[in-house]
Amino acid sequence: MELNANTPGGPLDTKWERFRSEMKLVNPANKRKYTILMVGSGLAGAAGAASLAELGYEVECFCYQDSPRRAHSISAQGGINAAKNYQNDGDSVFRLFYDTVKGGDFRAREANVHRLAELSLAIIDQCVAQGVPFAREYGGVLANRSFGGAQVSRTFYARGQTGQQLLLGAYQALERQIGLGKVRMFARHEMLDLIVVDGRARGIVVRDMVTGLIESRLGDAVALATGGYGNVFYLSTNAKGCNATAIWRAYKRGAAFANPCYTQIHPTCIPVSGEHQSKLTLMSESLRNDGRVWVPKKQGDTRPPGQILEGERDYYLERKYPSFGNLSPRDISSRAAKEACDQGRGVGPGGRGVYLDFADAIKRLGEDAIRERYGNLFEMYERITDENPYKVPMRIYPAAHYTMGGLWVDYNLMSTLPGLHVLGEANFSDHGANRLGASALMQGLADGYFVIPYTIGHYLASNKLDKVGADHPEAKRTRDEVDARIASLLAIKGKRTTTAFHRELGKIMWDDCGMARNEAGLTRALGQIPALREEFWKNVNVMGAGNELNQSLEHAGRVADFLELGELICLDALERRESCGGHFREEYQTEDGEAKRDDADFCHVAAWEYKGPGAKPVRHVEPLVFESVHLATRSYK
Amino acid sequence: MKVTLHVWRQKNTASPGGFVTYPTDGISPEMSFLEMLDVVNERLIAKGEDPIAFDHDCREGICGACGMVINGSPHGPRKQTTACQLHMRSFSDGDEITLEPWRAAAFPVLRDLIVDRTAFDRIIAAGGFVSVPTGSAPDGNAILVPKDDAERSMDAAACIGCGACVAACPNASAMLFVSAKVSHLGLLPQGQAERHGRVLGMVAQMDAEAFGSCTNHGECEAACPKGIKLETIARLNRDYLVAAVGKRPRAAGAGSGSG
Amino acid sequence: MAVTGVVLFGFVLGHMAGNLQVFLGPEAINHYGKFLHESLHGTGIWIFRAVLSVSAVLHIWSAWSLTATSLRARPVGYKIVTHRESTYASRTMRWGGPLILLFAVYHLLDLTIGRVNPGFVPGDVYRNVVAGFQRPVVTAFYVVTMLALGLHLQHGFWSMLQTLGASHPRYDPWRKAASTAFAVVVCGGFIVVPLAILAGFVR
Ligand SMILES: Cc1cc2nc3c(=O)[nH]c(=O)nc-3n(C[C@H](O)[C@H](O)[C@H](O)COP(=O)(O)OP(=O)(O)OC[C@H]3O[C@@H](n4cnc5c(N)ncnc54)[C@H](O)[C@@H]3O)c2cc1C
Ligand code: HEM
Ligand code: HEM
Ligand code: SF4
Ligand code: F3S
Ligand code: FES
Repeated sequence: MELNANTPGGPLDTKWERFRSEMKLVNPANKRKYTILMVGSGLAGAAGAASLAELGYEVECFCYQDSPRRAHSISAQGGINAAKNYQNDGDSVFRLFYDTVKGGDFRAREANVHRLAELSLAIIDQCVAQGVPFAREYGGVLANRSFGGAQVSRTFYARGQTGQQLLLGAYQALERQIGLGKVRMFARHEMLDLIVVDGRARGIVVRDMVTGLIESRLGDAVALATGGYGNVFYLSTNAKGCNATAIWRAYKRGAAFANPCYTQIHPTCIPVSGEHQSKLTLMSESLRNDGRVWVPKKQGDTRPPGQILEGERDYYLERKYPSFGNLSPRDISSRAAKEACDQGRGVGPGGRGVYLDFADAIKRLGEDAIRERYGNLFEMYERITDENPYKVPMRIYPAAHYTMGGLWVDYNLMSTLPGLHVLGEANFSDHGANRLGASALMQGLADGYFVIPYTIGHYLASNKLDKVGADHPEAKRTRDEVDARIASLLAIKGKRTTTAFHRELGKIMWDDCGMARNEAGLTRALGQIPALREEFWKNVNVMGAGNELNQSLEHAGRVADFLELGELICLDALERRESCGGHFREEYQTEDGEAKRDDADFCHVAAWEYKGPGAKPVRHVEPLVFESVHLATRSYK
Repeated sequence: MKVTLHVWRQKNTASPGGFVTYPTDGISPEMSFLEMLDVVNERLIAKGEDPIAFDHDCREGICGACGMVINGSPHGPRKQTTACQLHMRSFSDGDEITLEPWRAAAFPVLRDLIVDRTAFDRIIAAGGFVSVPTGSAPDGNAILVPKDDAERSMDAAACIGCGACVAACPNASAMLFVSAKVSHLGLLPQGQAERHGRVLGMVAQMDAEAFGSCTNHGECEAACPKGIKLETIARLNRDYLVAAVGKRPRAAGAGSGSG
Repeated sequence: MAVTGVVLFGFVLGHMAGNLQVFLGPEAINHYGKFLHESLHGTGIWIFRAVLSVSAVLHIWSAWSLTATSLRARPVGYKIVTHRESTYASRTMRWGGPLILLFAVYHLLDLTIGRVNPGFVPGDVYRNVVAGFQRPVVTAFYVVTMLALGLHLQHGFWSMLQTLGASHPRYDPWRKAASTAFAVVVCGGFIVVPLAILAGFVR
């Protein structure tokens, strides 16, 4: 398998321009003869499906929720970046590009990131025109905030519900096309496998989650916009339904999986409250603009925060990273919190938490100003913890949040499997080893609105595709395999629930492949996961039947895939013998505990090729060449 | 703590349903309401019984997937709180809790507490959008929007499409949901071009979906987890009267789509 | 619905005002009745009656259809219903209405046609009214209906504003209060007449 990025030649800032002028076009009259299967209706999927339909293609769009509007993008809070430089504070396309490459610890593809920065401008325009009610200044112009460690104000936001508003914009565009009959929507349909014909992705097998009917849908190109796999940790900020099934099935059908070990742990989440915990809630990073993070200097100091005097507090982020302080990037802040708690200075039940304190900000700006900025977030916090953050500091702790890894794609967002395109968080994306705040929404929309409509057209125009129907032997075979898998899951009738297995897997991943990783832990995990998987297939108890709405069957399928993906994540983490971004290997750190990159041996993308059940997957590499930036050590001191 | 659940169980749309009682102990006040149901389900599976089916996803009060009528109140007793954000500390030891699905002809029950809300999507498809094809937008600051309008638009745009308004309405009317979208877009300059077609198209679709009509009871506002105001309904009525008299054309894409 | 509501509402207001002239003695009210009947050489009353009955019919028809759709919209009801915002008034619109209708019928027979009015004298409104309300049962029936009407209007008026889109952040808080005030005025204004007569203040 060769990994050809298909990056256009020429200077960095002209590559996208050049691609657009040289790409092949589909004759407008012929567009309606092509059917595109878009799996996912999040920012990437909805934007892509709507835009492709506007161009005239026949589109089928799938999502597991009851409505495309509920895609997990809906829960994004903080905002979306764009190099508009409306604030006149020295932002530029190049600066956004550079920040993103640097933030990703120089493990992303230059050309893709630059395109992303270019497109960020058009995204804001598009969303505003759709009626996204972005925050405004009194003069009526768009407001910005600085976010996630950026030193310019380039983040656009709609209260604490930016993802919701952006998704509703894309969803409404999608519904418009559905109303016009150009998109056929399949809500409550879960993709369970990919149909590959003559080496090309030509269709998917889906299960109607209401009737249980298994059906194969065929088309000329398949696009996966199915989001991230953060739920492999069981407890994460992702929605309960977020899963890796679509990309994992594609991986097993021949698409390479890139950098699975690049997972992001978000520093500001509400700590675990007990065994019953089913998910973790993010407190938007924007809170760090005004909140100060601290823990007691003394170990095991259980006094209420109010009684701990200023002198007895350790504002460790401000201390360790003077120039960025509380706004230090996510991977760094998360690790610092873990460190403090490991030293026994954590607060709250279980000692797994740190304070995020607004007392000073409230003194400085007044409670109303703070309420105006974060009112809904404070309410959310109080609802969950029953504590009033205006009075006592918030307690926060890092949680699994985002996955930079995903299916490998070239410049055209096409995987190693011809015809299979991957958008949004599902691809290995433009964020390298660590994603900066407010840049995933940007990437999802860039991919959906402005990249895929061009690149899929280019693919269709460049290849001769003959019709394939549901009766094609390959389609039949894949469908039968899905049937068989469901049947075997239902037949086990063991003792433990799917949740029990998911929890156990999550614990293994969190302990040995979380914020800090080391050879011993990863090797241990690589022993435990296959064992757990084996037990799963012997001892899981899946209730009910296949031909009905069956949530425990849905979950079983997803957990089964996580049990395989988890192993690949650990394998990738073990093989990457360096520390970079979200991937911190304890063996590779500077004396003051900072990540130590190894550009000589690891300045590359690792893409894994599936070699069949039981066989060890093969690790391929795509070298990363940096022409416009020089690899600096990422320091926020 | 200990609670007794009376839950509506129904295998599928066709089959009849009924209430089943589940005495439940060992519940902690820290649990969210859905986590309490998770616990109940784990125990049911252990006993070899089908778990209670209920819709949920984000568990952060933003996706709008969750929703059930808890002791007669959609999303439960706490104001402006979705079922997934409700915590057991809102109940007391020994409480009897009755769980029912949204009840409306337009929302057929799919299983237990899960209903089919695709009618909402078809209403949006009938006009709840601004027709701006990708790429055809002017600069974001080309059209100024007064902060106040943007804020009021955002208030209405906060709707999560959960359907609690329909569930709460004595007439099973979808008026609050529809008026929230009409207000969100109607308050922005970007939404003006299609303002009349939008309201006509969406209201026509709402009526076609067998929702009841609004007689201004106000229950929807009280049940809405996002605090959508009755004021939006007045705005819809006003726009509708103007549009109906003005006989503006329907919005492009109006008419029902496949949700 | 709202439009017919406006007409009906206007009517009851005017009618109430008219009735209060009873307190100004026979001449006033009889003259008023005379005026009603003879304005525009007698056609006035018929125009007025036409408008009124048309709106009444439309009103009842739309009330009927609204009620029907609502019942269709929720075939299966809830086991437990908690009211948070709806009022007794809003929930009894569908009972108050018909009661008023019933009343109207009796009322016409009583004071317009005179079939059930003891010794009805066409044109002598004052006498008819006084005679009519000597009977406690009749008075009681009137009073009860007036209360129902009050309730009906208490929701009806606010509902009307809402349906007509008459809403503005500035005066929204006052809409419900105004609605109640109107209801009380109309209801009270009507009730005092029969009560006064029964109590013997007017004879
Ligand atoms: C709590 C939270 C807050 C965040 N805040 C921010 C922020 O402030 N700024 C920012 O830039 N980013 C933020 N992110 C990250 C960002 O929201 C996501 O990365 C991004 O929205 C992903 O969009 P997507 O379209 O790729 O996938 P998603 O929005 O996750 O959509 C996935 C879609 O695929 C469908 N799907 C999945 N699996 C299947 C299957 N097997 N079959 C059929 N359909 C399937 C789902 O139904 C859904 O429609 C946040 C993330 C979280 C969890
Ligand atoms: C206690 C209260 C009321 C009193 C004392 C009263 C009195 C009268 C009188 C004296 C007349 C005859 C007028 C005339 O023929 O010149 C009349 C007519 C009428 N009243 Fe009332 N009325 C009362 C309440 C109501 C109410 C509540 C309604 C409406 C629901 C109503 C509806 C009518 C109608 C429709 C007529 C016939 C008007 C016409 O067409 O001539 N009345 N009323
Ligand atoms: C003098 C007589 C009456 C007056 C002044 C009156 C006034 C009103 C008003 C203003 C409304 C609110 C309309 C809206 O919601 O926009 C209303 C509603 C209603 N009326 Fe009447 N009405 C009268 C008689 C009747 C009668 C005779 C009936 C039935 C037989 C009736 C049944 C209803 C019903 C069911 C509603 C509820 C409509 C809704 O749900 O809002 N009313 N009425
Ligand atoms: S208006 Fe409120 S209750 Fe109705 S769907 Fe929207 S959020 Fe839910
Ligand atoms: S409760 Fe129902 S009647 Fe109207 S005001 Fe709300 S929709
Ligand atoms: S689960 Fe998303 S709103 Fe409750």
